[in-house]
Amino acid sequence: MTAEKTATERARPEPIKAVPVRHPGRWVTVAVLAVLAAMFLHVLLTNDAFQWSFMIDHMFRPPIIDGLVRGTVLMTISAMLIGVALGVVVAVMRLSPNPILRGVAWLYTWFFRAVPRLVLLAVFGNIGILWSRIEFGVPFDTHLGRLFGIDNLELRLFGFDSRDLLTGFMAGLLGLALSEAAYMAEIVRAGIQSVDPGQTEAAGALGMTRGQTLRRVVLPQAMRVIIPPTGNETIAMLKDTSLLMYVPVSMELFFQLDAVGKRTFQIFPMYVAACLWYLLLTSVLLVGQYFLERHYGKGYGRSERARFRLRNVTAESGGAPGGTETAR
Amino acid sequence: MTEATIPAQAAPSAAESGPMVRAENVHKSFGHLEVLRGVDLEVRAGEVCCVLGPSGSGKSTFLRCINHLEKINAGRIWVDGELVGYRERGGKLYELREKEVVAQRRSIGMVFQRFNLFPHMTALENVIEAPLRVRREPAAVARQRGIELLDRVGLASKLNAYPGQLSGGQQQRVAIARALAMQPKVMLFDEPTSALDPELVGEVLDVMKDLARDGMTMIVVTHEIGFAREVGDSLVFMDGGVVVESGPPREVIANPRHERTQAFLAKVL
Ligand SMILES: Nc1ncnc2c1ncn2[C@@H]1O[C@H](COP(=O)(O)OP(=O)(O)O)[C@@H](O)[C@H]1O
Ligand SMILES: [Mg+2]
Repeated sequence: MTAEKTATERARPEPIKAVPVRHPGRWVTVAVLAVLAAMFLHVLLTNDAFQWSFMIDHMFRPPIIDGLVRGTVLMTISAMLIGVALGVVVAVMRLSPNPILRGVAWLYTWFFRAVPRLVLLAVFGNIGILWSRIEFGVPFDTHLGRLFGIDNLELRLFGFDSRDLLTGFMAGLLGLALSEAAYMAEIVRAGIQSVDPGQTEAAGALGMTRGQTLRRVVLPQAMRVIIPPTGNETIAMLKDTSLLMYVPVSMELFFQLDAVGKRTFQIFPMYVAACLWYLLLTSVLLVGQYFLERHYGKGYGRSERARFRLRNVTAESGGAPGGTETAR
Repeated sequence: MTEATIPAQAAPSAAESGPMVRAENVHKSFGHLEVLRGVDLEVRAGEVCCVLGPSGSGKSTFLRCINHLEKINAGRIWVDGELVGYRERGGKLYELREKEVVAQRRSIGMVFQRFNLFPHMTALENVIEAPLRVRREPAAVARQRGIELLDRVGLASKLNAYPGQLSGGQQQRVAIARALAMQPKVMLFDEPTSALDPELVGEVLDVMKDLARDGMTMIVVTHEIGFAREVGDSLVFMDGGVVVESGPPREVIANPRHERTQAFLAKVL
C-alpha cells in the first residue's frame, strides 16, 4: 500500500505555473471595438432621425401584428411545408432509375433556381393576365372538337375565376413554395446520397420495399444532413416574405411597416422596426433549429457538436434575443 | 403463427423435393468486368455451407445474387424450389415485380461484414422494424419476439442501446437477431467477423454455431477456417468467379486438390 502511494506521489510533479503568452493585439482590438460601439450607441441615442418613441408606438399596432402573423409567419410556414414536401418528391424523382422522372426533376430545379424569386413573384402576381379563368376538364377540348367538326366543344367540369383562386396570398405562396422546392430538392438529394448504401441494402435484404426503405431508413438518417441547411432555408424564406410586396400582398409585415412609414413620412424608423422584427423572428427560428438538430442527432452522440455550431451561428448573426434588447 | 417462442427451423419443406438453395451456372458482370463466370452450388436444408476464396473472387456478389440484390446475367438460382427474381412460363422468363421480389427476400436472411444496423434505431427497434413493417405483426408480438431474439444472442441487457453505443461484436449479434426476426429459411453471412477485433470474433461465431445446431440452413462466406472445419457441412472454394473446389470441409482443408486452393489455404492457415 505505502509503496504504491509513494510511487504515485513521485509520479506527479509540481503543477506548471508558467507566465502566459501576452496578447497585446487583443487589447488593441478590444479598444477599437469599444470606441466603435460607443459611437454606434451615440448615434442611436442622439440622432433624432431614429424617432424611437414614434417607432415603438407604431411597430406593435394591429395592422402590423396582423401582417406579421397572417402574412409573414403564416406564409413562411406554409411555403416551407409545401417546399419541403415537394422538394422531397423532386429529390426522389431526381434519384429515380426512371430517366423521364429524372429529366423532369432536373428541368424543375433548373427553372426555379434560375429565375430570381422577386421576378417569380411578380410573374405569379400577374398570372391572371394569362388565364382569366382556371378550369378543369378534358384537355384541348375545343381543338379536339374542331377535329371532329364540332364548334366550341367545351368539356369542362368546374372552374374558377383566376382572381378568386390566385389571390395575392395564393400567388405569393405558389411563387415562394415552388421556388423553395427547387432548393430543397438539392438539399434533400445531398442528404439521401450521404447515407451509406449498406443501409439500403440491409433494408432490401429484410424485405422492405423501396418506399419503406426511403421513409423508415434513408430519410431519417438523411435528416441529419438535411436539417441544418433547411434551417437556413427557413430563415431565408422568412426574410424573402418581404418580397411579397411585389405580388402584391398587403397582409405582410414589411408592406405594413413600409405603408406606415410612407403615410407618416417617417420611413426610417419603420425600416429600423422592420430590422428588429426580422431579427427577433430569426432568433426564434435559430432556437427551433437547435432542438430539431438535437432530435435527429440521436444515436450519433453528436448533439454536442451541433450545439456548439448553433452557439457560433447565434453569435455570428447577433440574433440572440438579448441582442435585440440592447440594440433598442 | 401464434407461438411466441423462437421459431426453430421451419419444417424443411424442400428436404425431400430438392436442395434449399441451388445455383446453376450463374453469371454476373458489372459492365465489362465478369465477376461470376458460371457458379454452381447446392445447399440442402439444415446444411451449413462455408464459402472460402481470395478477396475479389466474387463471394459477396454471389451472396447478393441469391437474394436478388444483384440481377444475374445468366443461369438460375432457386431458393426452396422457387426461382429467384423471375417467373418461368412457357420457356420464357418474366421479371418479378418489386412486391414479389421483396416477398422472396423475406425468407432469406442476410448478415453483412459491416453490420449495416440502422444507426437511428435502438437494438430492439432494429430487430422489430421488418416484422412490424414487412410482416405487419402486431406490435406486442413483434416486441416480445424481438426481446427473445436479443436474449438468444446474449444482448437482453442492450435492448435500448443504439448501435453507436455497442461494440462490433454486439452490433453483429444484433444484426443476426434482426435477420432471424423475419423467420428466414436460409441465412447468408458475408464475412460476418472480418470487421471485428480478434477478441470479439468468438462471441459472434458462438451465436452462429448455436444457429447451425438448431438446423438453420446457412451459407457463410468466411476466412475462419476453424469455424468451417467445425461447423460446416460443406466447403466451397471460389476463385476468379467460379467454384474451384468443393467437398466436406475437413477433406478440402486437409487435402486441397487444386493448386489455387492450396495456395490460398497456405496463406490463411
Ligand atoms: N456494384 C459493383 N460494381 C462494379 N464492380 C463491382 C461491384 N460489386 C463488386 N464489384 C467487383 O466485383 C469483384 C468481386 O467483388 P466481391 O464479390 O465483393 O468479391 P469478394 O466478396 O469475394 O471479395 C471485385 O473486383 C469488385 O470490384
Ligand atoms: Mg466480400
